[in-house]
Amino acid sequence: MKRQRGVRGASALATWTAVVAFTAWASGSDIAAALSEASADAAIADAGDVTLNIWDQEVRGGQNAQMEQLNEAFTELYPNVTIERNSQSFDDLQTTLRLALTDPNPPDIVQANNGRNMMGQFVAAGLLLPLDDYAESYGWTDRYSPTVMQYSTYSDDAVVFGDGNLYGLPQVGEVVGVFYSKSKLDELGLDLPADWAAFDDALAVADEAGETPLLLGNIEQWPALHVFGPLQANYVDASEITDLGLGNPGASWTTPENVEAATSLQRWAEAGYFNDGVNGTAYNDAWQSLTAGEGVFLIGGSWLAADLEDAMGDDVGFFLPNTSAGTPATTGGIGLPFAVTSAADNPDVAAAYLDFITSDDAMQVLADTGNLPVNRTAELAPDTGVLADVFTVFGDVTENGSLLPYLDYATPTFADTSGQALQGLLDGQSSPEEFTEQLEADYSEFTAANG
Amino acid sequence: MADAATPGREELPPPARAWVPYAYLAPALLLYGGFLLVPLGRAVQFSLTDWDGLGESTFIGFDNYVAIVHDERLREAFGHAVVLIFFFSIVPVGLGLVLAALLTRSRVRGLGFFRTVIFLPQVIAMVVVAVTWRQIYAPKGPLNGLLRLVGLDSLARPWLGDYTWTLPAVGLIGSWVSTGLVTVLLMAGMSRISGDLFEAARLDGAGPVREFFAITLPSVRGEIVVALTLTIIAALKTFDLVYVTTSGGPGTSTTVPSYEVYRRAFEVGDVGGAAAVGITLTLVVFAITAVVNRIGDTR
Repeated sequence: MKRQRGVRGASALATWTAVVAFTAWASGSDIAAALSEASADAAIADAGDVTLNIWDQEVRGGQNAQMEQLNEAFTELYPNVTIERNSQSFDDLQTTLRLALTDPNPPDIVQANNGRNMMGQFVAAGLLLPLDDYAESYGWTDRYSPTVMQYSTYSDDAVVFGDGNLYGLPQVGEVVGVFYSKSKLDELGLDLPADWAAFDDALAVADEAGETPLLLGNIEQWPALHVFGPLQANYVDASEITDLGLGNPGASWTTPENVEAATSLQRWAEAGYFNDGVNGTAYNDAWQSLTAGEGVFLIGGSWLAADLEDAMGDDVGFFLPNTSAGTPATTGGIGLPFAVTSAADNPDVAAAYLDFITSDDAMQVLADTGNLPVNRTAELAPDTGVLADVFTVFGDVTENGSLLPYLDYATPTFADTSGQALQGLLDGQSSPEEFTEQLEADYSEFTAANG
Repeated sequence: MADAATPGREELPPPARAWVPYAYLAPALLLYGGFLLVPLGRAVQFSLTDWDGLGESTFIGFDNYVAIVHDERLREAFGHAVVLIFFFSIVPVGLGLVLAALLTRSRVRGLGFFRTVIFLPQVIAMVVVAVTWRQIYAPKGPLNGLLRLVGLDSLARPWLGDYTWTLPAVGLIGSWVSTGLVTVLLMAGMSRISGDLFEAARLDGAGPVREFFAITLPSVRGEIVVALTLTIIAALKTFDLVYVTTSGGPGTSTTVPSYEVYRRAFEVGDVGGAAAVGITLTLVVFAITAVVNRIGDTR
């Protein structure tokens, strides 16, 4: 469902971490040392010999570095705990987890994609342990912003997504915003657009100056969803988008506001603001053309930041136009949450591990290894560069605005439905009304069957 | 069969231990059965259930198959597969016949070299092929560059993002891949044709075209059947090519049945439905290849 993760994995995360990770290695170990001096919980230390079998997908540079540091610190703190780590790429984990969880001897902790067709189905099948008691005793609700926590929350039967029991904790966050070339903006004499109306004007100015205002590579079908998402937030109420995005009943795609959002996107395409042939351009080619000075703006996810910084240095910036209501709201989300399986041999120890790898100190380790920590984000932001912008935007959105779900969380088929519908909308094959009707058909069929 | 009566041969030993041949077969049979027949059987079993791959499965008879017939999206996917058969099989066999005839008849210097070059696409992993062609078809890619260079600007388009042209564009990649295999197969067949036949035909006054239709074509009928069988199967099971180049887009214009199997099993979590599509696809492959072989044998 969240196909963007797979593709993102292919290129972006590899370098998302690379630069920052290795320069910050030393301080990371210091933190790890400090972590291991944290007060040990007697109940865990006295639990006897426990082996935690953990399946994660933190395989790349800084992801792997933070995981190794935190695991080492945890086993130093609790020498009675042995960690057996099974690390696979996102795509591999996606396909093997189903079998692993139904195995007679499943792992204790798994990193499960929080969408309905993974975590949702695991919850419905009773394979994951609700963590609410632990959340209370460890104070996780204070640690996490509710807009973040909802994404690993389901009802018992997994019919409701975003409310109910807590089934996992994420370590990192991600946010969709606008990358831009600072020098291009200077040439055009433009200030950073404060809201979407100003952004629209900026696109027109860039277009008149003969630049390609907006870059998009949509051959993979999902990238346009990341353009539509933030734009939709300007027109549609955040709670409505959340219901639509999480596939909960009571919302509708065919409202005038959604049509207006679709109309805006189609107008951009018709006005020629995008590069030629968006549906035939690869995602990677599009963001790479920003580095080649072939465009002004690129709407994309925070995972592109490190690659863009590598290529463009100080020239690249990241920002988020406010909605007309003056708040920051955009598509974003969480890294794959860590969940405890129902069959875990020692749930208390597993929960202690979850607490440990998402603690305030762990957030420091994540930031030092070049990841975007899901908590304390603004505070841990680097001083300069596009990563500083990314940290600031994520912090601002989670604390003062709304982090809206990836719209393809909604139903098991929504990634395909929305991808195909958006290609049609951009190509002019369908009108904004037809576009919203296509999405409504998928959404309402699912919510009706699920209710 | 009349071995016993043949002079100079020893008599066969009496068939005392009838199980011996089976013992020789056993290792291969066990492997084949364990890795192919058992999974196939299980797939049939899954296809008769409503199962998400996790919890309990319910037996629902042929409901999954009935759903396939009524699924417009799936019918469209099978339609695309038929178009791909044209590009994967018909085009390469046509091209292959011409190429093979030229290469075997005219004594080309460095024949081995040309044969290798033509066969090369077959050796490259499909994913690599797909990634490469995606670059070639890109809006700013070499193909459009070439078209613009010769003044055909109006033909330049985003080849993989065009509702009309994407399926043929993907199909042509298949033609490029299959042509090598088909040509080499046909060349092997043509090189077995005795030179006397051509000489006789020439004495009777036949030109090269007549020779081709009177001698070459009938002689390689067997090879054509093999080539068609292999390439039709390749067309019907296309997955990686579509997955990498277009993911079925734009819209649904390049969806194929194999992609639906993957999507249902791993993305939607409908293992029963995915198995049913897979079994249907297997049956379609069997049916089409049976027809091809039947035509090839009886002509």
